[in-house]
Amino acid sequence: MKIHEYQAKEIFARYGIAVPKGSVVTTAQEARQATATLGGKAVLKAQVHAGGRGKAGGVKVVRTAAEAERTARSLLGTNLVTHQTDARGVPVRSLLVEELADIKQELYLAITIDRGFRGPVMLASAGGGMEIEEVAASRPQDIHTEPIEPVLGLMPYQTRRVIARLKLAPPLHRPAAQLMTALYRIFTECDCSLVEINPLIVTADDRLVALDGKLDLEGDALFRHADLRELRDRAQEDPLEAEAVDEGIAYVKLDGQVGCLVNGAGLAMATLDVTNAAGAPPANFLDVGGGADDEKVSKAVSIILSDPAVNRVLVNVFGGILRCDVAARGIVLAYQRRGATLPLVVRMLGTNVEEGKKTLRESGLNVTFADTLGEVAQAISRAG
Amino acid sequence: MGILLDQNSRILVQGITGKEGGFHARACMAYGTKVVAGVTPGKGGQVFEGKVPVFDSVEDAVRETGANVSLIFVPAPFAADAVAESAACGVPLIACITEGVPVQDTVRLSRYLERHPQVRLIGPNCPGMINPGARCKVGIMPGSIHRPGRVGVVSRSGTLTYEAVGQLTGLGIGQSSCVGIGGDPVIGTSFVEILKLYQADPETDLVVFIGEIGGNMEQEAAAYVAREFTKPLCALIVGATAPAGKRMGHAGAIITGEGARAENKVAALRQAGAHIIPSPAEIGSVTQAALRQRQRR
Repeated sequence: MKIHEYQAKEIFARYGIAVPKGSVVTTAQEARQATATLGGKAVLKAQVHAGGRGKAGGVKVVRTAAEAERTARSLLGTNLVTHQTDARGVPVRSLLVEELADIKQELYLAITIDRGFRGPVMLASAGGGMEIEEVAASRPQDIHTEPIEPVLGLMPYQTRRVIARLKLAPPLHRPAAQLMTALYRIFTECDCSLVEINPLIVTADDRLVALDGKLDLEGDALFRHADLRELRDRAQEDPLEAEAVDEGIAYVKLDGQVGCLVNGAGLAMATLDVTNAAGAPPANFLDVGGGADDEKVSKAVSIILSDPAVNRVLVNVFGGILRCDVAARGIVLAYQRRGATLPLVVRMLGTNVEEGKKTLRESGLNVTFADTLGEVAQAISRAG
Repeated sequence: MGILLDQNSRILVQGITGKEGGFHARACMAYGTKVVAGVTPGKGGQVFEGKVPVFDSVEDAVRETGANVSLIFVPAPFAADAVAESAACGVPLIACITEGVPVQDTVRLSRYLERHPQVRLIGPNCPGMINPGARCKVGIMPGSIHRPGRVGVVSRSGTLTYEAVGQLTGLGIGQSSCVGIGGDPVIGTSFVEILKLYQADPETDLVVFIGEIGGNMEQEAAAYVAREFTKPLCALIVGATAPAGKRMGHAGAIITGEGARAENKVAALRQAGAHIIPSPAEIGSVTQAALRQRQRR
């Protein structure tokens, strides 16, 4: 689960990591006041769940309170399109108004899980800010990787090694070590999948400040973090994806026209590959899961039908735990509730398959049955 | 033969009194699996299906029944505890079916398991494994689609493994064993470790390998195959249609860098000499052709 920069910085501050002075605003008037409080100069940062805000015009320096009000008015209520979003962008509902920083150096610091190492690693680079993507692409050896043993945690010798790699001046050594230790505590105590400070700046008066902050929480661990669950901002999510999350359905919006309902993530990916190869690009990934009942299947079909791009629906169910008769009832229910008429290609295998097919046949829906993945490909390209 | 399971496998089910645990324990028993014990803390003394004793702890269950495989269905918040309990009692093979285990729990578990080198964890978030020749099923796969034979299957997925097995059985190709290693970013047993077991198994002639986007476990497998694996390998990678940065159902199926892409994995496996399965619809036919080619040699 993604959270906003200002929320990440609140967590940073709680763990003793210095962040710029500032406040979150939702109106132009508040932006004016917040800027005045900071002495009339500030940076306004659009709070959206996407990177690349600076280049997309979502971060603006203002020199007067009046300018802050004008700039805030031009940002709030718009959608910000960055290289990380789709063409619709993400809505700007709030701004972080912060004091301007006097930057001597920009660094990069992050912790994430390394799958090969089966544990957390700290990533650090003496070149931070917007430069980091270029460093990663052209000089990956300049990003230092420090594997952290989960039993020991981040050890002092490791912070010393990272500090040496970053070539920090001696007065910064102790604060840098404290900051790294705090960052690792955040990573473990909040069950993060990523925590990133980019840039971590050295100010003109030699302080370390987290000028930006990104914190991704692991969805599977949120059951033990009631406070962090509250940080979810549904407005930043694709509406259909957000609805699916609420229903416990794995759904990802794609660019094509074939609505896909499958049980199992691997089979769902395989199904997308098959329809795409048949010249019928999928409109979505959807794994309805094993333990679904007819209501959940109906909900899943309903989400698929809510996507205006969808012009046909493909169902591929290998019934083990999910019984085919249950799936069929759920499909018919959703079609009837929405009065939908889109052609349906259905492939069902496994438990109670005949009963499931009978339900669909008798429903009056435009159904084509396919027995194999090869037949699915043919049927779905014909159905368009 | 086959790998991991045989006629001497004695299964204990952690979470046997739950809905899912009960359903699948019954299905395993119906297939012929020797389910000898269940464990649910606080429900010791009950009897499951009139014949399987339920214990309060894994320790009791192992002592009383000689169980040597754990099959775990407990909910995600307690899954790490269940795995650690079985490992601490020396159960040599543990399959954790549970989906949604926090990654940092699995991270800590994997460090703990390094202290128990005789213990192997399959999963979490996996369908488990089956040995059709031994009539032993430790997982949630439909037993009826399998038939005994000499092709090994290994996959990160559940239902896609059933799809693969369905295609193989449909062409009369039986399986020595099938293992789903799990869809999470950190798992107990990697592709390479399963391939080593198949390499050593005299009753496996060929392996069907099903990978997906995310991580670089498939590239590690390709490096191992090029180095040491002497049997034919038929490989499928799914997720070519997936956009970058989106989690495709499995927590581990997410493109975070070039190596995580399908085409990168396919290239590595092709380079290693694998028979590439071009479409999920052709798992059976490519395997059949590779088996014929092997016989001609």
